[in-house]
Amino acid sequence: MTEFLQQLINGLALGSILALIALGYTMVYGILRFINFAHGDVFMLGAFAGYYLAPKIAAVLPLPSIAGALVVMGISMAVCAALGVIIERFAYRPLRKQPKLTVLITAIGVSLFLEYAGQFVFGAAPKKFPAILPALPVTHLGGLSFNSNQIVVIAVTIFLLLALRFIVLKTKIGTAMRAVSFNPEAAALMGVNTDIVISFTFALGSALAAAAGILWAINYPAIDPLMGILPGIKAFVAAVLGGIGNLPGAALGGVIIGVTETLVSGYISSTYRDAIAFAVLILIMLVKPSGLLGKKEIEKV
Amino acid sequence: MNFRHAKTFLLGALALSFLISLFGGQISSYPLFVSYNIGISIIMAVSLNLINGYTGQFSLGHAGFMAVGAYTSAVITNQFGGLNVVLANGIFLAALLAGGLAAAVAGLLVGIPTLRLRGDYLAIVTLGFGEIIRVILQNMNAVGGARGLSVAHSWTNLFWTFGFAAVTVYVVAALVNSTYGRGFIAVHDDEIAAEAMGINTTKYKVTAFVIGAFFAGIAGGLYAHSTQFLTPGGFGFMQSITFVVMVILGGMGNTVGVILSAILLTLLPEGLRVLAGVNHLGWIGNTRMIIYSLLLIVLMLTRPQGLFSFKKSPAPK
Amino acid sequence: MKIWREPFLAALAIGFFLAGCNKPSSAPGAGNDTIKVGEFASLTGSEATFGQSSHKGTQLAIDDINTVGGVLGKKIELLTEDNQSQAGQSATVVRKLISSDGVAAILGEVASSRSLEAAPICQENKIPMISPSSTNPRVTETGDYIFRVCFIDPFQGTVMANFAHNTLKLQNVAVLSDVKSDYSLGLAKFFKEGFVAAGGKIIADENYSGGDKDFNAQLTAIKAANPDGIFVPGYYTEVGLIALQARQLGITVPLFGGDGWESSSLVSIGGTALEGDYFSTHFSPEDTSPAVQNFVKAFKTKYNETPDAMAALGYDSAMMLADAIKKAGATDGAKIRDALAAEKNFPGVTGNITMDANRNASKPAVILTIKNGQFKYVQTVQP
Repeated sequence: MTEFLQQLINGLALGSILALIALGYTMVYGILRFINFAHGDVFMLGAFAGYYLAPKIAAVLPLPSIAGALVVMGISMAVCAALGVIIERFAYRPLRKQPKLTVLITAIGVSLFLEYAGQFVFGAAPKKFPAILPALPVTHLGGLSFNSNQIVVIAVTIFLLLALRFIVLKTKIGTAMRAVSFNPEAAALMGVNTDIVISFTFALGSALAAAAGILWAINYPAIDPLMGILPGIKAFVAAVLGGIGNLPGAALGGVIIGVTETLVSGYISSTYRDAIAFAVLILIMLVKPSGLLGKKEIEKV
Repeated sequence: MNFRHAKTFLLGALALSFLISLFGGQISSYPLFVSYNIGISIIMAVSLNLINGYTGQFSLGHAGFMAVGAYTSAVITNQFGGLNVVLANGIFLAALLAGGLAAAVAGLLVGIPTLRLRGDYLAIVTLGFGEIIRVILQNMNAVGGARGLSVAHSWTNLFWTFGFAAVTVYVVAALVNSTYGRGFIAVHDDEIAAEAMGINTTKYKVTAFVIGAFFAGIAGGLYAHSTQFLTPGGFGFMQSITFVVMVILGGMGNTVGVILSAILLTLLPEGLRVLAGVNHLGWIGNTRMIIYSLLLIVLMLTRPQGLFSFKKSPAPK
Repeated sequence: MKIWREPFLAALAIGFFLAGCNKPSSAPGAGNDTIKVGEFASLTGSEATFGQSSHKGTQLAIDDINTVGGVLGKKIELLTEDNQSQAGQSATVVRKLISSDGVAAILGEVASSRSLEAAPICQENKIPMISPSSTNPRVTETGDYIFRVCFIDPFQGTVMANFAHNTLKLQNVAVLSDVKSDYSLGLAKFFKEGFVAAGGKIIADENYSGGDKDFNAQLTAIKAANPDGIFVPGYYTEVGLIALQARQLGITVPLFGGDGWESSSLVSIGGTALEGDYFSTHFSPEDTSPAVQNFVKAFKTKYNETPDAMAALGYDSAMMLADAIKKAGATDGAKIRDALAAEKNFPGVTGNITMDANRNASKPAVILTIKNGQFKYVQTVQP
């Protein structure tokens, strides 16, 4: 029983990070009906931004500390938000009227570019991510091990989820986002500036990815330019699992993937761990393509 | 597309490859094997073009079919290759065909579940299938798993490579230009309309996958018997992307363009190697991928119909 | 015939390409005043760290050799090609090095799978090949022109098995191996055999994929099996994280592994979690012999980092090749091969290397432990 609970905790922590990344995917898909392949690499850049920022922040604030970690995360999120907006503006916006495949291919191009330019600029060797958050000694409670970093991940994810929910439901821009995702033409006719809304969506999604990157790097302190590939794909599967375009769905999907992967890995076989996310994806596509919380989309002719 | 001369072209190509292969021994090993890679790339790109370009099913797992073909044919020739020297060519052909068939079965297994999917979903699911194939191979100790499989016989030569390339081009072109082939294009242009017109889109989509996979399997067999060593990691997402870039660069649905871009993109890294000279210390590796990715982006932004296509830009949906 | 214009052009292009590349007329390696040696490594891609490491060691060796005038009165020209960590590329670049560049010998590769791609080509062309750190026995089994300067999986696996059972007195051990790496799988296989043969039991066997960052699931399962030690035959890139997560989960038993651990990055990532863990490798940084110390110093000066096992082996592979060329007195493939096969007690920085009958390096393994963030010597195991 202890083992099972421990695996649950492990899965929850992993799943929370996947959830944060999945939110970015699902928001962009909701608005633009397109998968931003490069999202996983924004996650990677968030971690690297933190890596380069930390020593600079350490000169001003003491690190590791909560304040220091918040500042590092905040600035990384801002940097990636800007990056997301730039990518959208130059690589995706010109293609808005093109068939979906064209922009999908462009996204693949952006993803590969970020990965290999990253290898070129940062070097391929994994780098040790500095400790920006004070880690409390591990608490052992009746055979279970609680790592303060894991708790932080879960807590921050919940906070960001609530913040996102607030933005989407209670602010003007959030309403605009929902309008555009429902019907872009109608929203434009109602006076919504779709360009701004789309840019904002990308900025928001990228900021979340950066936060996920920093949280990931705190928990798994070895970062490298290719680190975003697998988490990116798994997060995408999570978004699809929960119902793409559906925010709570993405969060749910992330947690489910994280927990499933951990449980299967721990109890059945760790050899097939990589394939689990894909197997889940294929299963969902066969059984309920609209995802757990998604609505069935009727394609109008 | 002028198709009446196609059969002559096929026979001519087969004869030419046979003639050239007789001189194979005179050609230095490096360019010879690069030529094999060119032939293999042509087969992969043209077969992928059937799925992606003509039928509009965006598949990102084509390297998985290549893997199935490669491993199947390698296992067969490792087992039976030594049996009879006289029949070596026959055994090789049989092994290649078996690889193609195994890959075709895989194509069936991939094609059927993906029937209801469109665009991006399809892309990710095919990627998933490609990765699942890789993971399965990695865990099959019978074929070496991650430790790889050595292929005993290096039977690939110019005849087999370009012969099969010619056959692939012929089959795909014949298929697409026939009345049957109009079905593929109908599915590509507007699937719902096609269904409404009574076209069995299921049949066409699955056929595209099966035939495309078959030839990818053949290409895999040819690759196995020239490189002589297989690892599951060699058939992953990156490999699939390479072939996707060839199809896009050539213009989806444009067989001639795809052939040209397959040749170009296979020669590109070699050209870069020669250009940089030795001791470039790896800037080529990163540069090549950076060039690929920028190429993709710039191409999509400026000329999405591909470099070699003369069709106008696809109509916006 | 309009549409056949493009295929014709294509055929012409290929024809020119083929015609333009003739076989080099001169004997391999006989440059005007240099001896050409080829190297292939994974300088970019997913395994770039290892290829870059090995290349740095090799390059340093070549520089050292050339500083004292080279070999046989000629400088050595190192031609390095990148295989981008991708399958199929090693075969291509090695063919290029041999047939177009006309090298006398080939150095490479770190990964057994890529060495296995290139070995048949070198053997077929009678060009000697020395692998710095491929440990799969099959590499040298390819033929008599293929050598290596590292020990092979069966040896290292048995060394750690005996150490675990006899010295650490462990009875029940868990194994956590990298399912994507043939090095890891090979080492795990021989360790398991050796450990069971020595009387121990393998009570858990888990896997991960190279590149993974989260091992909590596997470690939790291992913890539940309650082993007295965990064998982690992987690379330092993952081992550091594995140690961290193991300690966080409350696993207190020692971890141990092979030479893939050897790197200064190991401790920088794993930190105090690695205290009291063991691994087998080729040399000890505490080794006061001038050869080792000079090598470490020169490496630090040139590259501003401490050499890891791959760099040291890359260095030795190049040094041994130069020595063999000198002893052979010629750049002829067969003569270099014979000289290599005859190498006995060659003083490498990774130990005294003797080529055994299978062209594998027969040399002692050194077992190190991590204390206060440093690698400390424990014992030497003779072959």
